[in-house]
Amino acid sequence: MMRENTPAERLYNGIVKENPTFVMLLGMCPTLAVTTMAINGLGMGLTTTVILTMSNLMISLLRKVIPDGVRMPAYIVIVASFVTIVQFLLQGFIPSLYASLGIFIPLIVVNCIILGRAEAYASKHGVIASIFDGIGMGLGFTLALTCIGMVRELIGAGKIFGIQIMPSFYHPVTIFILAPGAFFVLAFLIALQNKFKIGSARVGEDGHPACSRTSCMNCGNRICSGRMAAQTENKEGEA
Amino acid sequence: MRELLIIAIGAAFVNNVVLSQFMGLCPFLGVSKKIETAAGMGGAVIFVITISSFVTSIIYRAILVPLDMTYLQTIVFILVIAALVQLVEMFLKKSIPSLYQSLGVYLPLITTNCAVLGVALTNVQNGYGVLESTVAGIATAVGFTVSIVIMAGLREKIEYNDIPEPFKGMPVVLLTAGLMSIAFFGFSGLI
Repeated sequence: MMRENTPAERLYNGIVKENPTFVMLLGMCPTLAVTTMAINGLGMGLTTTVILTMSNLMISLLRKVIPDGVRMPAYIVIVASFVTIVQFLLQGFIPSLYASLGIFIPLIVVNCIILGRAEAYASKHGVIASIFDGIGMGLGFTLALTCIGMVRELIGAGKIFGIQIMPSFYHPVTIFILAPGAFFVLAFLIALQNKFKIGSARVGEDGHPACSRTSCMNCGNRICSGRMAAQTENKEGEA
Repeated sequence: MRELLIIAIGAAFVNNVVLSQFMGLCPFLGVSKKIETAAGMGGAVIFVITISSFVTSIIYRAILVPLDMTYLQTIVFILVIAALVQLVEMFLKKSIPSLYQSLGVYLPLITTNCAVLGVALTNVQNGYGVLESTVAGIATAVGFTVSIVIMAGLREKIEYNDIPEPFKGMPVVLLTAGLMSIAFFGFSGLI
């Protein structure tokens, strides 16, 4: 086994073991929305990676300064600032990507993965480990988005990264680049993963509906259900 | 009046927030196991989105535009939404305990529902005024509620079906969502 919290272990953890999309089912909105083409998936993934790495770095640096009571608003401000910076950089330097990702760039702020890693990892670990945790998780997300994007683009347009793959007699199934196709492709990819038992994507099977892993509320165990969980813990502590 | 109606139908059905815009998918997939919880979540979302789209629209028009600080919109909106959710929660707890009982569990979860921030940003993008933003907010939230309640109804039935092993759990839910999304395409002829 690899030693914990080393850069290599963090990368492996993010890309394979706790892949945010396929294993944790986090950040579903951008996953389904922007993957109409492989290039958009890649762009979204890399954008998120940059923001995740920067916010992990910042939060890890400030982890002893931020008071526990206001940590959530503080994290949100940090993440939102980086999102705004990246948004303007994209608008200025890669306008085509900016146009195709649209509203999902500012929506990175509420992406569960970022706040989830801030809460679950960066707020408890050192700077180097947190940076690599961000890179690993980001690359895992990028990989998943690019995969989904490639499948959708191949079936829906007969191309991958804009290069014609399918022979000319192939008739593209346009529905796969429309909204329903996103659901279908993700369903089949997760089913495949279940079939070969690559990871445990069968989540949300038990417990209170608000606590299932798919429901965002379990993000790092604290984010969405954060206050609820904290309150229960406090009560237990008092008792 | 006619314009408001078009905005409302467009936001609720034609561009359904979940099934064609892909916002608010986490609660849509996570809290749709029973009709009652789905309806509770839907109620909380209607409540929060209506207030937040009203407030963010006012803040945008009255503070950010005159001060020429529209570039701060993402940061300001998310903070306003987070604070608003907290305020609504405290207000309900104090004044309308019965409503708090039914919506309370879902309120803290809504801050990270991207539909809330998404609506606020879309309103700005479309150049809506305060009234139009509020109408669009209500309609979007109603669209969310309709789709999550239908989803919960379907999932209650799916429980009894014979599903292939690999498709149990999330995959069959996603397939159902895909079919619903196709059905909602039918609304695109409305406006």
